[in-house]
Amino acid sequence: MKISRQTIMLLILAAAFFALVKGLQFAGVLNAYWQLVLDQALVTVIGALGLSLIYGFTGQFSLGHAAFYGLGAYTAGAIDIVYGNGNIIFFFVSILAGAALAGLVALLIGLPILRLRSDYLGIATLGFGIIVKVGMDNANKLIPVLGGATGMSGTPQTAHFDLIFILVLIIILLVRNFVFSTYGRACTSIREDEIAADIMGIDTTRFKVLAFVLGCSLAGLAGGIYAHRYPFLHPASFDFLKSFDFLLIVVLGGLGSMTGTIVTAIGWGFLMEVLRAVLGENFIDWRGVIYALILIVAIILRPQGLFSGKELGLLLPRPLQTGQGKERSHAGTGS
Amino acid sequence: MPVLEVKNLSKNFGGLKAVNNFQLTMEEGEIVGLIGPNGAGKTTVFNLITGIYFPSAGTINFLGEQINGLPPFRICQKGIARTFQNIRLFKENTVLDNVRTVFHPRIKYGLLDALFRTPRFNAEEERVNREAMEFLAALNLADRSAHKASGLPYGDQRRLEIARSLACRPKLLILDEPAAGMNPNEVSRMVDLVRMIKEKFQLTILLIEHQMGMVMNLCERLVVMDFGQIIASGTPDEIRNNQMVLEAYLGKGATVA
Ligand SMILES: Nc1ncnc2c1ncn2[C@@H]1O[C@H](COP(=O)(O)OP(=O)(O)OP(=O)(O)O)[C@@H](O)[C@H]1O
Ligand SMILES: [Mg+2]
Repeated sequence: MKISRQTIMLLILAAAFFALVKGLQFAGVLNAYWQLVLDQALVTVIGALGLSLIYGFTGQFSLGHAAFYGLGAYTAGAIDIVYGNGNIIFFFVSILAGAALAGLVALLIGLPILRLRSDYLGIATLGFGIIVKVGMDNANKLIPVLGGATGMSGTPQTAHFDLIFILVLIIILLVRNFVFSTYGRACTSIREDEIAADIMGIDTTRFKVLAFVLGCSLAGLAGGIYAHRYPFLHPASFDFLKSFDFLLIVVLGGLGSMTGTIVTAIGWGFLMEVLRAVLGENFIDWRGVIYALILIVAIILRPQGLFSGKELGLLLPRPLQTGQGKERSHAGTGS
Repeated sequence: MPVLEVKNLSKNFGGLKAVNNFQLTMEEGEIVGLIGPNGAGKTTVFNLITGIYFPSAGTINFLGEQINGLPPFRICQKGIARTFQNIRLFKENTVLDNVRTVFHPRIKYGLLDALFRTPRFNAEEERVNREAMEFLAALNLADRSAHKASGLPYGDQRRLEIARSLACRPKLLILDEPAAGMNPNEVSRMVDLVRMIKEKFQLTILLIEHQMGMVMNLCERLVVMDFGQIIASGTPDEIRNNQMVLEAYLGKGATVA
């Protein structure tokens, strides 16, 4: 198989990032606390790329992304608690099961709702998020291991930076390959003009459902990894504010930009930790206000998002020689 | 076998009969013009043929097969492509991507080929790029391939819509006011362009146009609508001298100038 120059450059950049983190670990700059922050930010990258597929590239507004993240986390966590023994095989089996369950549920929600040419998905996913939260709060009544409102603990902490980093890299490559293929073009055409896409031969329902299922599976995958890197799952970690987190990352990064989503997801994780350090106990109470403020400031300063539709050259496909100069293909903004 | 056969087609919006008992048969290779005053129901006929609306009554056959009731994307895949009166490009996408998108139904790789960039994916993408550039070249847009569609000047956007619909490889192309807002010079270039693509891509063409210079020049046959109904049809010469048509356009008592 031919590997493009862009892919090689991307891998070199990734290796450099990896080496930098290793260096910081070695130098003792990156202590356990900040390592956890970094690892969780990387997990968030996976989930946010999922929402980026759904909203940024396909234009389908979802307000319940954290519910799918939570489904993945609880599923993977519970499987590994019950059957696993810290073995890496159970890590992979359980996170894939979490991703599959999230994808299956997304399919069941998406099929009836995405037939409609409208914004019902936002309402449906908002409702679904609330149902999942209530379900998590009461899950112990049916399945004791899920812990209910007091949270679930005991998942083997198999995930660590190296493993998470490689998974993130694989997901970035796969999402890139999806976006820059006929499937990605079908998705962005729906975002741009659903009726025109339909008239031009694109089965719009099918691609809306595909993007939604893939995006929610990524959320489920991210949740599963999270469960293996943070020993305590609590329903409050998967509530509406968490969905809003994902949404903010995708919007602030710029719709239709993987680069924007990745950079913002990592930046967001660190920003929140800094705020937590500054505000201490008050952070939880102020979270909603801070989100709103960040959103307002961003909309005033840069409504199209940080990277709106632009990608780092490394994420783009091999440029096309058109005779009249190079193609700077990008998937466009959603604004 | 006729390419298009529309029988007794009607569409009501509430109490309004936007299209009323419309008939049209088109043979292969014809260029037919659909004309009529504003609000006559012309675009509604196009929306019925392409599946945006379900007919209230009547049937639409394409190459002998009934297509009314099919979703728009299936009708497109059967071989009917169109442009829009109010341009509907994929605005934020590149010019090249606008054309490449519509290759989708004929792409010969699967999701896994795309995710893992298999040789089959690379070969097929190369073909798509090459052919998409050929469509752009045919419409004189090759040097704009990397631009955002929304950044093109108006006339280029009209031609990009045509390039995009041609890339669907239609047998029947329907154009909704392709020369709207163009000056006489541009109109005559559009006439040449439509002739050229008809020959090159072996099309049957149905055309809505208010620019009389365009329809009179281009069409072998005209169908005139007013208030949802066909009021006349015939050759451009016959239509030019038809009293009912003059009245529809200019009001009662009008005479040939
Ligand atoms: N979706 C709709 N709902 C209600 N009324 C509609 C709808 N679409 C069209 N109409 C009405 O149907 C009539 C025919 O409209 P149509 O767009 O087909 O006219 P047209 O011949 O294309 O006119 P123009 O030359 O101005 O484009 C108009 O009175 C219009 O207001
Ligand atoms: Mg019209």
